[in-house]
Amino acid sequence: MEATVAKTGTEGKTWGGGNRPLNASYGKMMMWFFIVSDALTFSGFIASYGFSRFKFIDAWPIADEVFTHVPFLHGVPAPMYYVAFMTLVLIFSSVTMVLAVDAGHKMQKNKVIWYMFFTIIGGAVFVGSQAWEWATFIKGDYGAVETKGGKILQFLDTNGERVAIAEFAEFLPATRENHLEKNGIWYDAEPETRTNYSYEEVKAGFLANDNLLIRTQYLDENGEHIVLSREASIAKLENDGRLVVEGANLKHNEYGHPLFADFFFFITGFHGFHVFSGVIINIIIFFNVIIGTYERRGSYEMVEKVGLYWHFVDLVWVFVFTFFYLV
Amino acid sequence: MAHEHKLEIFRGAWKFKSNVSKIWGVFTFLCIVTAIEVVLGIIKPEMLTETRFLAMKLLNWIFIILTLVKAYYITWDFMHMRDETSSLRRAVVWTAVFLICYLILILLIEGDYIYEVYKNNYVKFDF
Repeated sequence: MEATVAKTGTEGKTWGGGNRPLNASYGKMMMWFFIVSDALTFSGFIASYGFSRFKFIDAWPIADEVFTHVPFLHGVPAPMYYVAFMTLVLIFSSVTMVLAVDAGHKMQKNKVIWYMFFTIIGGAVFVGSQAWEWATFIKGDYGAVETKGGKILQFLDTNGERVAIAEFAEFLPATRENHLEKNGIWYDAEPETRTNYSYEEVKAGFLANDNLLIRTQYLDENGEHIVLSREASIAKLENDGRLVVEGANLKHNEYGHPLFADFFFFITGFHGFHVFSGVIINIIIFFNVIIGTYERRGSYEMVEKVGLYWHFVDLVWVFVFTFFYLV
Repeated sequence: MAHEHKLEIFRGAWKFKSNVSKIWGVFTFLCIVTAIEVVLGIIKPEMLTETRFLAMKLLNWIFIILTLVKAYYITWDFMHMRDETSSLRRAVVWTAVFLICYLILILLIEGDYIYEVYKNNYVKFDF
């Protein structure tokens, strides 16, 4: 035990952290304090996701219809595989981290360096994957029409396959005037971000193709989206349609309820920020190990403390994975 | 410190010779659990999605239970909770588990209530 105690000059000073309540050093104890409070923060987010989901239980997007992409496999629907890969990367980087802690206990400096290095690489791969996942989600794939009530209408052919709006929308030459300075010097912002197709173009294309149907955001008892008949589809699109949605942002979401996108951005973003800061902290500790700080101190407890944080990030991801992608 | 690690998991059913081999053992176990989750998530067996227990699909219960199992082994073996004093373990785990269960309970009941209001009443305001 003596070998792992960091000599911080506070030995014997009860109020200076010299005592070891619960047999944990001051730093480790504080890290556990932080982890408990951060765990409660994340639970608050995930529980509020559950709250919103229960509120709109019959109109919530089905996750494995949303996240179907794998890099370099364009157009191949592969639900879950990529996020499973990300989970394994994070768990593996947790393993190398705990191996680094173990090597630290045995004062094997070179092993600690290598294991820390692999941990950092794993973390970087994870953050990169998450950025890619975000980009894919923001870009969207099929496109949809949003109704006046903020509901999403998606398009299917009669075989039940999804159809992208780009495949049927008609090009209507619109007279779009550029704003000029002689008409006033103030720039008037557009009300929405412009999409590739306008609502009129999608409507014209939909009416011209008899094999297209509309799928609503609502789910039936079996958890399948309700598909409207051709007549009902036309009526729905003409009466309720308002604007075209491509991809997702904080206000509109072509996959379904906008709250789904909001929570996705917020929770995976907050988690991704934790991974990012974890990578930064790991890099700092990595260089400290290289220059021999802990070798001189006679204890690698700092590695153990950042290890706790890193495992916590992994722990949170396990829950995010379940509640966003599986359940 | 190495000799102080508790080297057995599954209540002593699986003992390891060293801490390093225990880490790899736990990693293998976590990979298997994740693989089961992913396979179930892709196949979605009819039997499990149609049966409900306490208003939730059996499949979702399986996912949540497997997640808690993974969380247990991450905390106990990767975060060395197994080697800490029981008082530290309880201070961390009981506090979090109690507060999180309470939060989930009230939020989900409230969410379900609002859903019922939307569905059965004439309130359609999207708040």
